Amino acid sequence: MEFDFSGIIPSLPGLWNGMVMTLKLMAMGVIGGIILGTILALCRLSHNKLLSNLAGAYVNYFRSIPLLLVITWFYLAVPFVLRWITGEDTPIGAFTSCIVAFMMFEAAYFCEIVRAGVQSIPKGQMGAAKALGMTYGQMMRLIILPQAFRKMTPLLLQQSIILFQDTSLVYAVGLVDFLNASRASGDIIGRSNEFLIFAGLVYFIISFSASLLVKRLQKRFAV
Amino acid sequence: MNYNWDWGVFFKSTGVGSETYLDWYIAGLGWTIGIAIAAWIIALTLGSILGVMRTVPNRIVSGIATCYVELFRNVPLLVQLFIWYFLVPDLLPADLQEWYKQDLNPTTSAFLSVVVCLGLFTTARVCEQVRTGIQALPRGQESAARAMGFKLPQIYWNVLLPQAYRIIIPPLTSEFLNVFKNTSVASLIGLMELLAQTKQTAEFSANLFEAFTLATLIYFTLNMSLMLLMRLVEKKVAVPGLISVGGK
Repeated sequence: MEFDFSGIIPSLPGLWNGMVMTLKLMAMGVIGGIILGTILALCRLSHNKLLSNLAGAYVNYFRSIPLLLVITWFYLAVPFVLRWITGEDTPIGAFTSCIVAFMMFEAAYFCEIVRAGVQSIPKGQMGAAKALGMTYGQMMRLIILPQAFRKMTPLLLQQSIILFQDTSLVYAVGLVDFLNASRASGDIIGRSNEFLIFAGLVYFIISFSASLLVKRLQKRFAV
Repeated sequence: MNYNWDWGVFFKSTGVGSETYLDWYIAGLGWTIGIAIAAWIIALTLGSILGVMRTVPNRIVSGIATCYVELFRNVPLLVQLFIWYFLVPDLLPADLQEWYKQDLNPTTSAFLSVVVCLGLFTTARVCEQVRTGIQALPRGQESAARAMGFKLPQIYWNVLLPQAYRIIIPPLTSEFLNVFKNTSVASLIGLMELLAQTKQTAEFSANLFEAFTLATLIYFTLNMSLMLLMRLVEKKVAVPGLISVGGK
C-alpha cells in the first residue's frame, strides 16, 4: 500500500484541539491525583488504624482494576450518583466524568509515591520537629512534605508521563482527545493509517523527550 | 431516572438464547485469561532475550534492545493496538492479508492482534526488569564465572539468569497483573472480554451498578489471588543471603 501524509497538514488545527484536550485531561488528572494522593498517603501513614486501613483499601482497590473499567464505569454511573446527591438531573459530559475517573484512579498511584517519599525522610526530622513543639499538621506541612516532594519529583513526573499516554483511553467514551481526533480526521479523508502513524509518532516524541528530561532531573536531584 | 437494585440479575436470562448474564461474564473472563496468558508467554520470552541483550558488552546489540524498549514504552497502548489491528494487516502480503481479513472470523483476528500487541508492549517492561535483575547481581558472580572459564552464553544461562529471575519475581508479578488489566483495551476493538461483557450486561439489564461491581470484584479477586500465589513462590525460591528478597 502507498502512504500519503499530505492530508495531515490541513488537519493540523483539529489535531491541535485534540492535543489541548489530552493535555487538559492530563494536567487536571495530575493535579487532582497528587492532592487526593497526598491526603490518602497521610491517612495511610496515620496512627489511626481505621483511617490507614481505609486508605489502604482504596489504594489496593484502584490498583487492581483496569483504568479503562474505571473510565467506562464513571461515564455511565456519575449521572446517577449526582442525581442521588443533588436530587435533580445534572447533565455532565464525558469530560467531567473522565477527569473524576483519572483523579480517583491516579490518586491510588500517587499515594504510593508520596508514602514512599515520606518514609524516605530520616526519622530525626520528625523528632526535631516535635522537639520544637510543632503540631502534627505543622510538622507535615513545613518539614516532612516539602522534603519528600523534592525527593519524589522525578517519580511524580514519570507517573504523569504514564498518565499522558493513558489519557488516550478516553477514546472509549468518545471524548475527542489527540488520538480520537487523529482517528476521526484520518477516517474522513480515507487515510486512517497515515494519521495513526502520525499520532503514534507525536505521542512517542512527547513521551520520549519528557522522560529524557526526567532522567536529567533525577541526576540533578540525586542526593 | 429511577434505579432498581437487583443483585439477582446475573442469574436472569439475557434474552439471547438461553444464556444468563453470568454465562457472559464467564465467557468474558475466559477471553481475558486467554489473552493475558498468551501475551505473557510472548513477553516473558522476548523480554528475557532483550533483557540479556541490554546487558551484553556489545554496543550494537544493547543499542537495538534499548531502541525497542524506548519505542514500545513511549507510545500509548491503545495507539499500539490500533496499529496492530488496523495498520499492520494492510502491510501484509496480499494472500496473508486476505486470510487475515476475510478467512479468519473477526474474533480470532482481534484476538491475534491483541495478543501480539500486548505481548510486544509488555516485552519492553519485562526486558527492563530482567536487565535490572542481572545488574543487581554482585559483579563477582560474572567475574567468578569468567575465571572458571565459562563462555558468555554459559555465564548467562548457568550463573546470571537463574539468580536474576529469582530476584525479580515481585516486579514480574506486578507486570503480569498489568497484563491482566491491560487486556481490557481489547474491548475497544470489539473482542468480548470481561469489560466488554460487563458493558453489554449493563446495557441489556439496566443494572449498571451491579454489572460493574461484579466486574470489579472479578478483577480484584484475580489480582489478589495471583499476588498471594506469587508471594508463596517468591518465598520458595528466594536467593539465600540477599536482603532484597528477605532471604534467611
